[in-house]
Amino acid sequence: MKKLSARRRHPLAALVVLLFALAVTGGLYAAFAPADKAQADTTAQSLAIEEGKKLYSVGCASCHGTGGQGTSDGPSLVGVGSAAVDFQVGTGRMPAQQPGAQMPKKPKIYTQAETDQLGAYIASLGAGPIKPTEDQYSPEGANVAKGGELFRTNCAQCHNFTGKGGALTGGKYAPELDGVTPKHIYEAMQTGPQNMPSFPESVMPEKNKQDIIAYLGTVASGESESPGGLELGGLGPVAEGLFGWVFGLGALIAVAIWVAARTAKAKKS
Amino acid sequence: MSQTGSNKDVSEENLPSEQATAHEGAMGVPPRTKSLGEVADDPFADPGLPPHEPRVQDIDKRAAKRSERTVALLFTVSMLATVGFIASYVVLPIDKIVYVWPFGHISALNFALGLTLGLALFCIGAGAVHWARTLMSDEEHAQERHPIEAPPEVKAQVMADFKQGAEESGMGRRKLIRTTLFGALAMVPLSGVILLRDLGPLPEGKLRHTLWSKGKLLVNQNTNEPLRPEDVGVGSLTFAVPEGLEEDDHDFQKEVAKAALMIVRIQPEDIKDKRELDWSHEGIVAYSKICTHVGCPISLYEQQTHHVLCPCHQSTFDLSDGARVIFGPAGHALPQLRIGVNKDGYLEALGDFDEPVGPSFWERG
Repeated sequence: MKKLSARRRHPLAALVVLLFALAVTGGLYAAFAPADKAQADTTAQSLAIEEGKKLYSVGCASCHGTGGQGTSDGPSLVGVGSAAVDFQVGTGRMPAQQPGAQMPKKPKIYTQAETDQLGAYIASLGAGPIKPTEDQYSPEGANVAKGGELFRTNCAQCHNFTGKGGALTGGKYAPELDGVTPKHIYEAMQTGPQNMPSFPESVMPEKNKQDIIAYLGTVASGESESPGGLELGGLGPVAEGLFGWVFGLGALIAVAIWVAARTAKAKKS
Repeated sequence: MSQTGSNKDVSEENLPSEQATAHEGAMGVPPRTKSLGEVADDPFADPGLPPHEPRVQDIDKRAAKRSERTVALLFTVSMLATVGFIASYVVLPIDKIVYVWPFGHISALNFALGLTLGLALFCIGAGAVHWARTLMSDEEHAQERHPIEAPPEVKAQVMADFKQGAEESGMGRRKLIRTTLFGALAMVPLSGVILLRDLGPLPEGKLRHTLWSKGKLLVNQNTNEPLRPEDVGVGSLTFAVPEGLEEDDHDFQKEVAKAALMIVRIQPEDIKDKRELDWSHEGIVAYSKICTHVGCPISLYEQQTHHVLCPCHQSTFDLSDGARVIFGPAGHALPQLRIGVNKDGYLEALGDFDEPVGPSFWERG
């Protein structure tokens, strides 16, 4: 320190200080400049697309074509958007295990990060519905009663009044909605996966979707209250009557036969 | 007393032929074992009733006492269950939910009421059955049948009485009385028939017309906003009602049941039916939501196949081919509503349906 202090009046001292100051300013600028952040973002985005493309080539290209243009085995993915990818891959429906009338839900194969990368790649092929953010699909503060009304108008014909699902034509079916996450419900309405029609923003606004999600959270979660118990698929009085006649009366007949078949005699024959 | 302890092991004197003579005319179960010789003699010999067998309770006084106590216990449990029913009705709040395996999250009140009432009724029944089986007399009695036909002398007497009555009434001679009586009897049922008129006013034109008319906007049932063509994407499904129909209108249900529409958009090149294409707007087609079989609301739309399935009887319609019936009991295609766009850019009806919506009726044509 003493050495440095002794040379402070050296002719080159000013130059050294100037260079030092410039270096610090430049360094600080480089560290905090907003332009640089933007630069970093696009890199992350293009990196995600790059990674997504790699995952796509391995897991999806055999059916959907090398560029997402679709083949005879799978539809084109141009314009389906990241919301469709997040739904199909996030619920394990894709990648498909085997061809069939409909792709069932199964344990998912890709992590959320990989799903997002795939979504980024598919979204880069053509504009489509974007994966929703949490405040879009969160049922917080939504109107459950209105949701019930909307659900019965738009969804109940296939998914049953309490989301128990139901059969369609040719082996297709509307799946049960018990335990489906709000995000996936939102994405399904947004994109119309497989044979389900879509309910886009233009005909069913975000608010309506949140109401429906809130309704499903009330009637179709594992914790849903069911005052009568034993819903028998939520199909209503016909199913319950059939169950009562077949199994209730059947049990009574069985008991009557059992009682009559046992002898009351002292000598068992 | 107990020569035939077991039917499987019949001793010599209880073989069918011997029993037939021993219990002449008595009825009972056929024997399970026969020897070949006797079968040849009389294969249908009546073996009569097997001898009566006592129960433990008939022999043992203590067993009878035990049975008595069991029956009394069952009746007492029933009484307690009834008290429990009343107590749960009074004590439990109506909205209390409890988890009971395997029923799930159910109402505590429903569960308690059902359980106690079920127990009360079951115990009365079980007690009565146990009482009848162990303590009441179980001696077998045979009751002879008697012929259904009346003896000939009774028949003759009845016929003679009838003939005498007919003569005394003068039915044969006084033709005026007879004819007017028949007339009166024939007319009386008409009062019943005429009351059927009160079954309801005749439908007149109601089955043929809906609220749709030229220029009525298609209102989205979710948002209550009129639809524009750009709102309706390919693969989406929207339900529409005619403008001006409010949910609190007195006849809302009646009108919406006829006017309800489903709106889908199909790529115009995928539409196979020429009239359907003409009546659509750039591939947006509007079809009645009411099944033509028995009128269920039908909107199980598959966006890839364009099939619509009716959940009641599985009638299936192909929306890309004039809503033709491709499966099921429906008799004709879903009626299509002709639509266009007004000058403000909203979808509008270009008239009413050109055929009655919903199920067929005699004069439908």
